[in-house]
Amino acid sequence: MSIAAPAVDLRGIEKSFRSPTGPVHAVRGIDVSIAPGEVVALLGPNGAGKSTTIDVLLGLAKPDGGSAALFGRGPAAAIAEGMVGAMLQTGSLLRDLTVHELVTVIGSLYRSPVDVDEVLEQVGISGLAHRRTQKLSGGETQRVRFAIALVTSPQLLVLDEPTAAMDVEGRHAFWTTMREYASRGRTVLFATHYLEEADAYADRAVLIARGRVVVDGPTTEIKAMVGLRTIRATLPGADPAALARLPGVKSAEGRGDAVVLRCTDSDAAVRALLQAYPDARDLEITGAGFEEAFLELTREENAVEAA
Amino acid sequence: MTLSVTYVRYELLRMLRNRRFFIFSLGFPLVLYFLIAGPNKNVNDFGDSGVSAPLYLMVGLAAFGTMNAVVSGGARIALDRSVGWTRQLRLTPLTPGNYLATKILVSYMTALMAIVVLGVAGATLGVRLSVANWAEMIALLLVGLLPFAALGIALGHLLTVDSLGPAVGGLTALLSILGGVWFPITGGFLHLLAQALPSYWLVQACHVASGGKAWGALGWFVVTAWTVVLTAAAAWAYRRDTQRV
Repeated sequence: MSIAAPAVDLRGIEKSFRSPTGPVHAVRGIDVSIAPGEVVALLGPNGAGKSTTIDVLLGLAKPDGGSAALFGRGPAAAIAEGMVGAMLQTGSLLRDLTVHELVTVIGSLYRSPVDVDEVLEQVGISGLAHRRTQKLSGGETQRVRFAIALVTSPQLLVLDEPTAAMDVEGRHAFWTTMREYASRGRTVLFATHYLEEADAYADRAVLIARGRVVVDGPTTEIKAMVGLRTIRATLPGADPAALARLPGVKSAEGRGDAVVLRCTDSDAAVRALLQAYPDARDLEITGAGFEEAFLELTREENAVEAA
Repeated sequence: MTLSVTYVRYELLRMLRNRRFFIFSLGFPLVLYFLIAGPNKNVNDFGDSGVSAPLYLMVGLAAFGTMNAVVSGGARIALDRSVGWTRQLRLTPLTPGNYLATKILVSYMTALMAIVVLGVAGATLGVRLSVANWAEMIALLLVGLLPFAALGIALGHLLTVDSLGPAVGGLTALLSILGGVWFPITGGFLHLLAQALPSYWLVQACHVASGGKAWGALGWFVVTAWTVVLTAAAAWAYRRDTQRV
């Protein structure tokens, strides 16, 4: 294998599950390639297929179609070589051991683990070293799980909704540690349903919805796409095509007496709208919710497919 | 395939920090041994078994304690599963084979502790065996525990944490009674049934002093058959469990 082998290479991943109401297609053809050193967010609403994608990527689930490779080899081989550290979304810790003991156990399974005290320090839980795992809070448990993921000093760090059980302060500390780790040239892939997290901590975001990649690009691009605002106004007899040409407006549609404008720059659009149509009333400006933006983007996706 | 010494050590430590293990695998058998064998200290032919009460009950309760230790040792896999730990371990270089081997090894270590505890207790009540006989008895117990180790692993993959305690406790209690842990089963239908059970042959390890014929062909056949069947069951349960993910 060459040095340039991608850290993560997913091709045409498909995975469905059986359910009482028929098969559920959790992932329907996901292609993602991540170069070594990239910090990538796997962004999507709940049920988008993030966890399934991660399970396939880590070899925990066998895809129905497609292939997953980490550093040019199969997930199992990369894991056996200690190149991968992961923090799954669900999971707790073994009881009856102290934090230090537990991290030591996991480290002992690798050929060259890092020093346990060092890892605990890095994650900020040195003070918990001799606490039994069943006596930790949710946030503390997450940090121990983070320490477990880091004990092999992995080339690739995979985090599935890592901050779910943390308070605001815990989140901040967690991401600081993650950034620091990534700054050493390691590859990080994390799943989240918070746009802010993706925006703040990743270089690139892969937006998935309904089991497909909707957008894959720099986080700024994603933010621009889903950060649209909507202006609704009552404006009988207006021509949507003309409205769409107003500055700051991306698209417009008429809904009876009302019009709905999707705007990249709602401030400019409002000014232009009122200037051109002084009789426009009942103005309402809303930031498109993230979920809404997702749906919008997937709708476009489906439309393209149907065409 | 090398086992991680650290992993084995901490798995053992976890077991020893578990109060239930001490109660059911060590404390309970020990107390019962003195309660039952104490008053019958001088009975030389316990219930037509051909061996003294202290010896018979020593092996009987060692069988009970070790059965518990080995079955629950494997069944603790259910605990690992319930907290997502088996998934976490699949993200390490630990192979499934080494995971199971560690579980079995730790179970056997704890079983050995139960044997030693009961052995010392037996000695205080006058059990005297040659070194060769002690060795043979312990060896037979360890071999006789193989089907139980497989049973534990199967249960560990099939049970939930809630059903773990009752299932393991109930099953080992039943196998103990029918296998003659508390009192020798020497005749009638119950004897026929008992001979088909692996627990019966664990207890029969007490006959080591009678010239190496503790088990005989039937004993070896029954233990081997159960080992094969329960290992297949454990393999099936393991695959069923890991495929679902």
